[in-house]
Amino acid sequence: MKRDGDMTLSTPKIKSSGIIVEYDGKRALHGIDLDIYPNEVTALIGPSGCGKSTFLRCINRMNDVIDNCKVSGRLMIDDTDVYDPEIDVVELRARVGMVFQKPNPFPKSIYDNVAYGPRIHGLTENKDDMDRIVKKSLKRAGLWDEVRERLDDKALGLSGGQQQRLCIARAIAVNPEILLMDEPCSALDPIATSIIEELINELRERFTIVIVTHSMQQAARVSQKTGYFHLGNIIEYGETNDIFTRPKNEQTEAYISGRIG
Amino acid sequence: MTDRSTQTAQSKHLKKRYRAEKRFKFFGLAAICSAAGILLVLIGGLTQMSIPAFTHHYVKLDIAIPETTIQAEQVTDPVAMRKVNWRGMVRKALRNEFPEVTDRSGKRAIGNLLSGGAGDAVRDKVLNDPTIIGSTVEVALPLSDDVDLLLKGLIDRSLLEENRVVSDRELTFIDHLEATGRIDRRIAWFLFTSGDSREAEMAGLRSAAVGTLLTMLVTLLFSFPLGVMAAIYLEEIAPKNRLTDLIEVNINNLAAVPSIVFGLLGLAVFINFFHLPRSAPLVGGMVLALMTLPTIIIATRAALAAVPPSIREAALGVGASPIQVIFHHVLPLAMPGILTGTIIGLAQAAGETAPLLMIGMMAFIVDTPMWINDKATVLPAQIYMWANNPERAFQAKTAAGIICLMVFLLLMNALAIYLRKKYEKRW
Repeated sequence: MKRDGDMTLSTPKIKSSGIIVEYDGKRALHGIDLDIYPNEVTALIGPSGCGKSTFLRCINRMNDVIDNCKVSGRLMIDDTDVYDPEIDVVELRARVGMVFQKPNPFPKSIYDNVAYGPRIHGLTENKDDMDRIVKKSLKRAGLWDEVRERLDDKALGLSGGQQQRLCIARAIAVNPEILLMDEPCSALDPIATSIIEELINELRERFTIVIVTHSMQQAARVSQKTGYFHLGNIIEYGETNDIFTRPKNEQTEAYISGRIG
Repeated sequence: MTDRSTQTAQSKHLKKRYRAEKRFKFFGLAAICSAAGILLVLIGGLTQMSIPAFTHHYVKLDIAIPETTIQAEQVTDPVAMRKVNWRGMVRKALRNEFPEVTDRSGKRAIGNLLSGGAGDAVRDKVLNDPTIIGSTVEVALPLSDDVDLLLKGLIDRSLLEENRVVSDRELTFIDHLEATGRIDRRIAWFLFTSGDSREAEMAGLRSAAVGTLLTMLVTLLFSFPLGVMAAIYLEEIAPKNRLTDLIEVNINNLAAVPSIVFGLLGLAVFINFFHLPRSAPLVGGMVLALMTLPTIIIATRAALAAVPPSIREAALGVGASPIQVIFHHVLPLAMPGILTGTIIGLAQAAGETAPLLMIGMMAFIVDTPMWINDKATVLPAQIYMWANNPERAFQAKTAAGIICLMVFLLLMNALAIYLRKKYEKRW
């Protein structure tokens, strides 16, 4: 995927420098430096326990809720320091949406799932506004045609793939700038996976997407940039094409060719 | 050769395993059967004992209510109503059935057939319909508890007169009334509609039942919000450190504190220090709320912990604040468990007597309490007091009281199950 190199290099959306994460004093990340560019899909790959999910959760401070988890270093989104003590985490999470590994819709109606975010952030004035946001979000998540007749049905009655797209709709309903995806397809069958992958490709136009995946084919299919994590370090980061065809690091090569991991 | 020997060893081992499983199943079944048997004997015995208490014998008499006794417009005046000798009126009516009896002791014996509260039946009738003043009406008058027991066959007629609570003369009167078809066996509604009394044929559970309801109301109002809030704080918000660990251990220990200790605490703190009223559902409810708190806190914490973390993550992920996560998502999902724990705690409290002993709720209360600061007693205390009564008729009443309490608790548990099923959500 060729883009205007100067443009992207000059304005990273997320700039991580020396991010260190410790759980109970044990280091999970040893200083991550990573620039993530807007309107691209950045894939984070690596063996289990390498810290890629931990890094993802640093971006919207989801690690805050874990006891004894300490994050140090500097992480900027545009001009905002994410770990500035003054920052409002709630506002940050409205800017940085997240989709989780297992589809986790609220045990409420489809409508209420999507409407929840806009409602708590007070994004709408009236019911019509809300209806419009719900419709728009479901359309963008490619779910509208399947659920338009049953918006008041329980979200848990949907299939796994539909539930995951509902979670994506829920995340984009608050109009975030960044979308974090933590192995969004690992609980889905291949058909649902390909639908989500297509969706990710479309969503790239509006959002900056960071996706953690275990599937290297998926990383190759959906992403423009790829970062390879190993034991809490980022080993190699670059254009997806380069990483998969001409990895510079031998560890990366070993991993993508299936020799470790 | 070795193959076959391992095979037989294996099959032997397998057989042994099957036998062990069968044995275990048998023990389990035996345990359940014996538990069910004991329960059946207990409940069956109680039910059988309580049956006589649910009916009572009445004598139907024509009562003349002369206009001289009371004016129709005075019926609503309690003082005037109290002045009327209703008791004398019904006794006279019964004596009229036996014109041949003229001696004093005979007349007294006839009067003693009736319950001490028989006059109230006429009074209530007049109160309901003042137009009957000046006419003669048929009224069903309750018989005394001894006569009632005799008619139910619970007093042996073949006993010697001096060993029998009903004299030979009284027997002839009763037989005469029965022969003329004046005696009627009816459902003893007074068991539910009147308060306690020294007379078995007038004593009912109403004041105790209302007392229990009021006490439970106070218990619920204090223990539910306090318990749930404490549990939410401990489970969701409090940092995990030594202090919260200590609190947790103490809450668990509190669940094992003997209930009489809570009663003493109530006496010392609520009554002696805060000067709250004695024998009142307010204090009783507060004491029982203290007792119920650990149950509710433990149940609520378990219910909160059982909410899957994915729901919390989902809510946090769209930007809900920690408090919004709790109140929008976690708490509603934990509600069935919380309600079940609360109702089980309340049911436990409803059956509690010891702490109420200390704050004066083990009391002879005739009037139905109207509010939480009135004097009141509760069902288990009422049962205990009836069990202490020497009159034979209270035996059946005690059993009936126990049955009523158990029905009450059964209903509460049924409510718990219903609520859990209704609000249970699957994810």
